[in-house]
Amino acid sequence: MKQIFYDRIGESIYWETLPNGLQICVVPKPEHAKSYAFFATRYGGMDVRFQLNGQWLDTPAGIAHYLEHKMFDTKEGNALQELAKNGAEPNAFTSNAMTGYYFDSTEHFEENLKILLSFVSIPYFTEESVAKEQGIIGQEIRMIEDNPDWQLYTRMMQALYQKSTGRISVAGSIDSIKEITAQTLYDCHKAFYAPSNMILTVVGNVDPIHIVDMARSILPREGGPVIERDYGDEPEAVAQKETELNMEVSMPQFLSGFKCAAPEDGEEYLRCSLIGDMASDILLGDSSPLYLRLYDQGLINSSFGGSFEMMPGMAYLYAGGDSREPRAVAAAILEEAKRLTEEGIDEDFYQRVRKAGFGEMLRALNSFENIAVSLTEGYFNGFDAYRFPQVFDTITKDDIAAFLRQNIREEHAALSLILPREA
Amino acid sequence: MKETHFRIADGVYLTCLPAQKFKTSLLSAQFVTPLTESSAAPLALLPAVLRRGTVRFPDLGALSAELDRLYGAHLDYTVRKKGENQCVGFVSSFIDDTYAPGGEKLLEPMAALLGELICAPVTRSGRFLPAFVESERTNLVDAIRSMINDKREYADLRLMQEMCAGEPYGISRYGDEKSAEKINSQKLYAAYTELLSSARLELFYSGSAAPERVEATLLDAFSALPRELVRKTEYAGAHTPRQAVRTVTEELDVSQGKLGMGFACGSADPTALLMGNTLFGGSSNSKLFLNVREKLSLCYFASSMFHRSKNLITVSSGIELENYQKAFDEIMLQLRAVQNGELEDWELDGARSTLLNSYASMGDSQAKLENFYLGQAATGLEESPEELAIEVRKVTPERIFDAMKTVSLDTVYFLKGKEAAQ
Repeated sequence: MKQIFYDRIGESIYWETLPNGLQICVVPKPEHAKSYAFFATRYGGMDVRFQLNGQWLDTPAGIAHYLEHKMFDTKEGNALQELAKNGAEPNAFTSNAMTGYYFDSTEHFEENLKILLSFVSIPYFTEESVAKEQGIIGQEIRMIEDNPDWQLYTRMMQALYQKSTGRISVAGSIDSIKEITAQTLYDCHKAFYAPSNMILTVVGNVDPIHIVDMARSILPREGGPVIERDYGDEPEAVAQKETELNMEVSMPQFLSGFKCAAPEDGEEYLRCSLIGDMASDILLGDSSPLYLRLYDQGLINSSFGGSFEMMPGMAYLYAGGDSREPRAVAAAILEEAKRLTEEGIDEDFYQRVRKAGFGEMLRALNSFENIAVSLTEGYFNGFDAYRFPQVFDTITKDDIAAFLRQNIREEHAALSLILPREA
Repeated sequence: MKETHFRIADGVYLTCLPAQKFKTSLLSAQFVTPLTESSAAPLALLPAVLRRGTVRFPDLGALSAELDRLYGAHLDYTVRKKGENQCVGFVSSFIDDTYAPGGEKLLEPMAALLGELICAPVTRSGRFLPAFVESERTNLVDAIRSMINDKREYADLRLMQEMCAGEPYGISRYGDEKSAEKINSQKLYAAYTELLSSARLELFYSGSAAPERVEATLLDAFSALPRELVRKTEYAGAHTPRQAVRTVTEELDVSQGKLGMGFACGSADPTALLMGNTLFGGSSNSKLFLNVREKLSLCYFASSMFHRSKNLITVSSGIELENYQKAFDEIMLQLRAVQNGELEDWELDGARSTLLNSYASMGDSQAKLENFYLGQAATGLEESPEELAIEVRKVTPERIFDAMKTVSLDTVYFLKGKEAAQ
């Protein structure tokens, strides 16, 4: 086991890789009352087509999320109950590229960790229990379908991307989940829940040696083969310039998305993410000239915000909120990107955004969940997320300008709109 | 050692929680004032207008630049309902001095900025700039209208409005659309001067600075605050239970229905009710979660909440439209199970651990601490999370069953889809 110190952020991490390929990462937090465990597999909503035993398999949309729900079933009953008995608040999420199971607790941490490691590594479901879950997930899908934010985002992704499986809704659809059987779930578990495809992160007041010993004794001895995945061949052009939907909302909502160049793995992935974040702040962040002007003109309100996101083979910058004139805002974003690349970025503003950006990254380390998720994402994409100050140092104003020039262009843009129903 | 919560000036209180373990410090300034129909909207608008500029930083651009210079400090205006009080003000969070790359001190400039936002807003001829008031009023009206967008929150809000109609607790934290539309810069300025001189101010700090430094810095930052007419803080009155259950049904174009149920509690044992609620629907191990969701697959969510200041329990659930009666019956059945003590030991241990865990881990989150202590101050309670945890440890099953037997259905709110209309 090696311990690495990260002086600039006042943190340290114990890293260990087990013979079965499992990565373990322990972040000591001796002054906190709670400890947090996050056990994740590199398997999410976008992993619908992959190779198993030399054959390409096509699985239904929503299967990773379905599997996440069913993993809580155990031979004895339900792991949620087991953990809740000890006062732990267990939960899980499935994103495009990962599924993570987690809990935090102030008492019985090791007992809870044992339960977590066991239920995630031992699948237990029957045709009957799988069929029953359709009711619960069906209701979850209906609930998110009524949610304008979800509709906006999902429709933006479908407008931006033509082929990439990242455009598929993580929960799938009422129809797609009907095709899921106990057997497909077992197959997917076998392929993706092998220790070599997973990472365990523990943040808290714990003994790292003990954590490693527990993982070694509970999890399978063998890792698994590397799984080939097919995320689709994505062309540069967007699928659709604009998409709109009428819903029961009070005023128009919009997301303006820009398809960006996909990042490489390794520290370049982290660098690309930091550049994208900073470019987003400079283009349309709270203190940007564009934000201040649009706010003053009443074209946006405080719901307006932007973000830069990445997943395997995909990167996109998007921004939106409520607006009476969403198309005007979308056009203004493009114009501002053009202005910045032609006139250059103001030096004083750039230095301020840098300072603020560093503060934001440091602030994120207050949250155990944030720490665990970013270390996990880093591991899956080949970098150490705690090296952000060093990588941040290498970024220049030219990198930001180049990013804007390359990505924030008319031909990479798609606009998603939710409009109020006509009375 | 000093107490956690103490008075530093007339009607000004400071909650100071020294901590080294965070990367940030949190500083908050909140006025606590009675929630009323006429004042709710203007007071909700006030912090948004104040957030637009001060004498020294007269517009959003100047304020944002200052926040960037403070390493991306966050400065949010907040409008919250705590019991029957409305709390309005600012919460700021900034990286702790320990991590400032240039070794700068950040507490003093941040406290000064908070003081200026409250005591030295940008004005013209003795009132707020009309342009700021108008644009923030539009935003407030939009925010009130947009409450319908999230159907779960909307249903929870509507249940509360119907159940506590005529009581301050039924008023939304933003007030209503009509009174919001009527606000002008003159009226708002009058509400502002009244609030400044009469409402209690609750300050909160969590971070690495010593309490003496925090107190001195804040006294300095708020030295211009007028304090002639400070009123006594008032706390929530009990809900008057209905004789017959009131049922309200509303139709919207949605695919999932929302069933909300409000219960009045007669017991004066809040700890027992809190435990009873946790067993009923307050955790992922509760009777509602395990039966309504897991066993019967009737919904994706079904949970309950105990409103301590009003002695109410509310249930919130999302259901398939045709399952209304099934879900209603099952929720009532589960309530009776808790009332009759139909519980296994693990359920009781689990509920107790859930509450103890949430009290114990509160100290790990600055935002949770701030929200907790503001809630205590605004509802007239003094206990720390540790003291509440001791109460939870002591509560017996008999006390829980007795308290839950006083819980009776009061109001039902059902949001259904238009397609289902007959």
